[in-house]
Amino acid sequence: MNTVLLILGMALVTYLPRLVPVLFMDRFQFPPWFYKWLKSIPYAALGALIFPGVLWVDPDQPLIGLLGGLTALALSSLKVHVTLVMGGSICTVLILQYLFF
Amino acid sequence: MKPRMDPGIKSGIQAGMPIALGYFPIAIAFGALAGQAQLNWLEGVMMSGLVFAGASQFVAVSMILAGSGSLQILTTTFFLNLRHLIMSLAVNQQMKEFSLARKGGLSFFITDETFAFLTLGDEIDGQDKTPGFMAGLMITAYLGWVSGTLVGGLGANFIPPQITTAMTVGLYGLFIGLLVPPALKSRPFALIAILSMVLNWGLSRCLDSGWAIVLSTVLAAGLGISILGDEK
Repeated sequence: MNTVLLILGMALVTYLPRLVPVLFMDRFQFPPWFYKWLKSIPYAALGALIFPGVLWVDPDQPLIGLLGGLTALALSSLKVHVTLVMGGSICTVLILQYLFF
Repeated sequence: MKPRMDPGIKSGIQAGMPIALGYFPIAIAFGALAGQAQLNWLEGVMMSGLVFAGASQFVAVSMILAGSGSLQILTTTFFLNLRHLIMSLAVNQQMKEFSLARKGGLSFFITDETFAFLTLGDEIDGQDKTPGFMAGLMITAYLGWVSGTLVGGLGANFIPPQITTAMTVGLYGLFIGLLVPPALKSRPFALIAILSMVLNWGLSRCLDSGWAIVLSTVLAAGLGISILGDEK
């Protein structure tokens, strides 16, 4: 298969899961528990996206990712803007890399 | 008559900037890797523009480098990106009033990061999720990804690996910055997030990481069914 066809195939199999809820969700009446489940999804998904992936930011040095993540945790519990949370974790990792690795 | 522009577009673009900045250097790394796998710059940009799903693109290009067949690559891509189905269910709750065409168009731009912002970002901007806001945010993120791929694909890989590592932690910082404020206000939601981390930690030891994330999300969100109150 040539590369362009492969890319088009990837585009299709990636878009379908994004599109399916749009096409079908309005057609059904869901029970109340379903909406509780839906409301919980962002928290569950973010939890799973963060951990343990954050440890593998630098696969050789899990401590770097951990400390970057803890910086983000500290800053975000102070309710600073998300851009600063990102910036803080990036700076922590840059400093750690410069100093120790 | 002046053309009416949804005022949400501007704040959507602003809200999307951190995502675009986080994507940009990682997309440069992707563009450079695509070049190593004998994709020309246009094919790299095409993949970013049509697929727009970072992790699966890195995996696909690595598989091309390893000589995998197209069917294997397509199957892997599908399963890696299946988590967007669950995310799209949640984002759809924000698009109930939109036309089908708008929903269909916007759903193309659902990624881990845009999903996180659109479902938990209220704390940050207090924005109404108008079509303009959502489009502004999503397209800004998209342009960060595609333009980074172009820069990397043209061979301008001027970003040292340390910076790419540091920017990767930036995306985790984005996730954490979006999750923590609302979770601090609600014990049930905080419990769900922590349960999901623990589940994913266990599952990722025995499953592929894409599957581990999907299963952890589905199961941990199930806890919400029993611990959330009935308020709508």
